[in-house]
Amino acid sequence: MASLWSMLTATRGRNGRLHWTDWASYAYLTFGILLMFGPVVWLVVSSFKTPNELDRFPPRFLPYVQETVEVEGFSDPLQVYTVTEGDLAGEHVAQTRRAGTRAEVVRPDAPDDRIRLRTDQLQAVERVGFTTSNYTELFERFTFFRYLFNSTFITVMATLIMLLVNSMAAFALSKYEFRGRTPVLLLIIATLMIPQTVVLVPLYLLVTQMGLYNSLWGVIIPGAATPTGVFLLRQYMVTIPDEILDAARMDKASEWKIFWRIILPLSAPAIAVLAILAIMWRWNDFLWPLIVLSENEKFTLQIALFSFQGEFQTNWPNLLAMTVLTLLPIACVFMFLQKYIATGIASTGGK
Amino acid sequence: MASIELRDVRKSFGSVEVIKGIDLTVEHGEFCVFVGPSGCGKSTLLRMISGLEQITAGDVVIEGEVVNRIPAADRGLAMVFQSYALYPHMTVRQNLSFGLENARVARADIRQKTEEVAKMLQIDPLLDRRPKDLSGGQRQRVAIGRAVVREPKVFLFDEPLSNLDAELRVGMRNEIAGLHRRLGNTMIYVTHDQVEAMTMADKIAVLRAGRLEQFGRPLDLFNRPENLFVAGFIGSPRMNFLAGRIDDGAFLLEKGERIALPGHGFTHQPGQSVTLGIRPTALQPAQDGPLTIEVTSVEQLGTESYIYGTTTDDTRLTVHEPGQTRVAFGERIALSLDTEEVHLFDTDSGHTLRA
Repeated sequence: MASLWSMLTATRGRNGRLHWTDWASYAYLTFGILLMFGPVVWLVVSSFKTPNELDRFPPRFLPYVQETVEVEGFSDPLQVYTVTEGDLAGEHVAQTRRAGTRAEVVRPDAPDDRIRLRTDQLQAVERVGFTTSNYTELFERFTFFRYLFNSTFITVMATLIMLLVNSMAAFALSKYEFRGRTPVLLLIIATLMIPQTVVLVPLYLLVTQMGLYNSLWGVIIPGAATPTGVFLLRQYMVTIPDEILDAARMDKASEWKIFWRIILPLSAPAIAVLAILAIMWRWNDFLWPLIVLSENEKFTLQIALFSFQGEFQTNWPNLLAMTVLTLLPIACVFMFLQKYIATGIASTGGK
Repeated sequence: MASIELRDVRKSFGSVEVIKGIDLTVEHGEFCVFVGPSGCGKSTLLRMISGLEQITAGDVVIEGEVVNRIPAADRGLAMVFQSYALYPHMTVRQNLSFGLENARVARADIRQKTEEVAKMLQIDPLLDRRPKDLSGGQRQRVAIGRAVVREPKVFLFDEPLSNLDAELRVGMRNEIAGLHRRLGNTMIYVTHDQVEAMTMADKIAVLRAGRLEQFGRPLDLFNRPENLFVAGFIGSPRMNFLAGRIDDGAFLLEKGERIALPGHGFTHQPGQSVTLGIRPTALQPAQDGPLTIEVTSVEQLGTESYIYGTTTDDTRLTVHEPGQTRVAFGERIALSLDTEEVHLFDTDSGHTLRA
């Protein structure tokens, strides 16, 4: 902790005086933090705002809710305002009705005495408060867990299949001498140059022909082999000495066993990196699931988010809340696997 | 009887032939060393015996059975690699037991055997460590242990000591020799270091450019080298060579110096170019010696001395003198030869002229 603090507060200037480079670097870093974290923080804070608060201009950073009060004779709690001018200036009143620029209010202690005021005489009484209904509605009115399950299932299965397929391809391309090895590798890398949109239609036809339309597997299988993954793993596996494989062969290990017991454990850093990439790709994937999945029951979180945006209006409060929930798993994956990213980069950089 | 026989074994990589037909037989229980300069194909030959490298032509015969088509795992051999090739993600114990697991040995037996071997090689305190936490010598022991634990018919060593420092190398050399005496297995050992070959081997195979130059007992190679290459390769410091010809029972150097070789027993054609080989120990400074050199440097090691010089026809010579020498840099000294230890070779073919 102490070392973290000393790293964060390190300055070039001595004796508490700041060198101009300190100013520059801290300004740059602060700008970076705002740039990276600003939108995320804004998103999280906004997801706790009421619809009115979201529509408000100019926007406010913190979520505010209006004070309400229970008044005798009214079934619902009434919104509290402060009167800004007139006889009642400075008093808190509860609004019972509102029509155009006119509002009918009562004093909480005298509920029968209806007072008519202009709305510009009233100022809402507000406090900082978090509206959780944006979130609870997701579970009550929308089948959030269904979407979550779909997204998770697709992400986990696609990642596992992809790691298996890619690592086997990489093993073959890095450790076996066979005719046409280089052309195969070049072919795989060449597919990197073809954008997904180009193959979208043929891929769609293929998936439909195979009866995978509107099935989660229709999302999982086409993404199972990625050139990036094969290339990344191959480059890593090339650095595993052949002598270790020879030693395993002398130790009576089958090629299959060499793959599972030697190659896979030794490629763990590269596999972890690829796993993180795969999870992010699959979790954030939008276009392909949108095309393949047609029923609400099969929607992933990303498509469900999209469905909050209508042609004429957008359900911002739920959209924001669901966006936050959608971001959480990816953030967790990063937090737990970032150690592997670091080791992955370190071990590929040199011993 | 784990004997190994190579019958006209050849290996080509593409159009390049790296092993050009080798015949040799290693008898059961022999410690055979393949030695040669780097690139001579000795490691390739070892890998061909192990089965890790396909052979292009010829037969590898182990215990009377042609094993050309038998995969490495089923040949009953164990190999120790130059880089040790330990499995970095496994502990020492797992490294030792991996082969036994693959051979489906019972768990209790695996445990017992690994511990036995670990004790024998004094690596038992290290069983739960990983290779990266071991020193070079310890890794070497683990690599040897991994070979020993499988109780193979034949051990193959591929330059196992070349990554160790000089002191450790001498120690491990003795241990491997001791291991051979204790286990009595056939062992084939590849090295580029002729000292290792001389000290450890029962038989040495000297290889050059994919050919077997000579195969025999270390002292036979030393005393009766069949060609110039073996003569120059075996023995340290290396043998001195002088170019000239034979005339009337004497060796004539190009500049006309005459070395009498009474009753030498070498066959030669008249006028043939001949190279005379003589080890540094067979040369002594002597007042009336037939050779003169100009001393270019002197090494005094206390118990022995080396004198380096050039002859009148600019050939470099090394002279070994027991004890401490009085010869100094820049002197011209005369040398006498121990004619019993003279070797004569045909300069063109390099073959010995010994009958």
